[in-house]
Amino acid sequence: MATFFGEVVVAPSRAGVDDEEEAREETPEDREIRRELEKKREIDILWTLKSGASAGSSADEPFACSKFIVAIGRNAAAFLSSFILDSVRWEVVGVVKLWNEWGRTSSTTNVLPTDSFCLFYRLISDPTVLLCQCSCYVAEDQQFQWLEKVFGCMQKEGLQVTVLSTCPLADYKTQESTLTLPSPFLKALKTEEFKEQVCCPLLEQPNIVRDLPAA
Amino acid sequence: LLQPAVSVGNVGQLAVDLVISTLGMTKAGYFYTDCLVPMVGNNPYATAEENSMELSINAEVYSLPSKKLVVLQIRSPFIKNKYRPFCQTLLSWVKSSKCARVVLLSSSHAYQRDDEQLLGTPLRYLLTPDLEKAVGGIMQELNWKEMEKVAAYPGMNDTEKILHIPGGGITKLLFTESCSKGIQMAVLLKFCSEGDNIPDAFALVNYLNEWLQLVQSEVSAVGSTVLDASSQWKIPSSWRLLFGSGLPPALF
Repeated sequence: MATFFGEVVVAPSRAGVDDEEEAREETPEDREIRRELEKKREIDILWTLKSGASAGSSADEPFACSKFIVAIGRNAAAFLSSFILDSVRWEVVGVVKLWNEWGRTSSTTNVLPTDSFCLFYRLISDPTVLLCQCSCYVAEDQQFQWLEKVFGCMQKEGLQVTVLSTCPLADYKTQESTLTLPSPFLKALKTEEFKEQVCCPLLEQPNIVRDLPAA
Repeated sequence: LLQPAVSVGNVGQLAVDLVISTLGMTKAGYFYTDCLVPMVGNNPYATAEENSMELSINAEVYSLPSKKLVVLQIRSPFIKNKYRPFCQTLLSWVKSSKCARVVLLSSSHAYQRDDEQLLGTPLRYLLTPDLEKAVGGIMQELNWKEMEKVAAYPGMNDTEKILHIPGGGITKLLFTESCSKGIQMAVLLKFCSEGDNIPDAFALVNYLNEWLQLVQSEVSAVGSTVLDASSQWKIPSSWRLLFGSGLPPALF
C-alpha cells in the first residue's frame, strides 16, 4: 500500500492474515519457545469440592449439573455479584488460573471486584446449579481450552446453559444511528434445543457475538 | 468441495456467501475446531422471519446434492499458529470423505503485483498436478491466466522460482500440501486491496462460474458491466450494514 508520502508500507489486513509468520520454517529453538509459551498459557481449573479438600486440576468424574450460568466480562460479573451472589446461599467451588498478555488470575477465592478472576459458585440449596463469574479476558488461543476443561467436568445431559455478556453499543449494527437507541438493551441468541420463552428479542443479523461467549 | 481462504479483503469468503445464498444451499454440518476465533450469530442467509433463528458459527458446511457440491464457509480469522493443524485436518477430511476435487477461492495483495501483473485481468488460477491432467485443457479454452511464480531470492538469483501469495492466508499452504498429497485442487484468486470488496467478490464468483457453471450466465457480451455480472447472484441478508450503523441525523 502506498501512503500519502509515496512510501510503500505493509497494510494490515482486515482478514487477520499474517503471512510472514507462517511462511517461516520452525527451527528446534522456535519449537521449544512455542512449547514453553503454550505451557505458560495453559489453563488450570482448581475445584474445591464439598469435603473442603482441593481436588487438583480436574474432577475425577463429571459432576451433575442442571443449570450453568456463565457471566463473561466485568459488567456481567458485577451484575451477578450485585443481584445474585451472596455468601449465604452460594459457595465457591472452583477457580480458574490463567495467564495472558491482558492479565492473570490467581488461585485465591477471596477476590476484590477490581481483580481479574474466574470463579465457580454452587447454589447450596441445589448443588446442581452452577454459576461462573469470569471477569478476566480469556485470549483467543485459550478460549477452546477453557471450554473443554470447564465443560469436561460436568455432565452434559439435561444441562441448561445461560451465558451473560456485554458488548459495546458502538459495535451494534442497525439501520438507524446507535445514538438514537435506548441503551442499555438486551438481545439474545438461543439454540434450537432451548424451548423456553426468551425474555428479550433475538439478535438480528448482521450482528454477531465473538470470543468466549461465542465459544 | 468449494471453500474460501481467509485472505485479503475476505474476498473468498464473500464469494462463498454468494454461492450459498444464490443456490439456497442447506446446512449439512459444522467444524468443531480450535483453530478459528469463535463467533456465533443468527442465520446469515435468512430470507424471512421463520428461517432467521437458526444459529450459525465460524466454520459450517453446506450442500447441494443436485450439483454434487459441498461448500465450507469460514467466518472468522485463524488463531496464531493454527494454520497448519487446520490445513492438515481439512485435507485428511477431504481424503476420508472421498471428495473428488477442491476449489479454493482466495485473494492476494494487489500492491505486491509486478509491472506485468498490473496490466490485464486481476484473476488467476492454480491447479495441482493431479487436477492439471483433468482440466488443464479447459483453462486454456477459457483463456485463464495461471498465477506467476516469483524469484525465490529477488535481485540475487532469478532462476529459482517459488509460489508466493501475499495476503492469501492458508492458500499457499493448502495448495502445496494438496500437491504433495495427490489431491485435485484448484485455486482461484483475485488481486485486490482492503476496502469495499463486494465488487471483488462478484468478479471472483463470476470467474468461478465460467468454469463450474453453477448458475446460468446471462452475460453474453465480452465487455460486460458490473451490473450485468451481478444480477444472477443473490446477496445474503447479512451483508446489510457492512460498514456500520446508520448515521446520526444530528451530524448534518
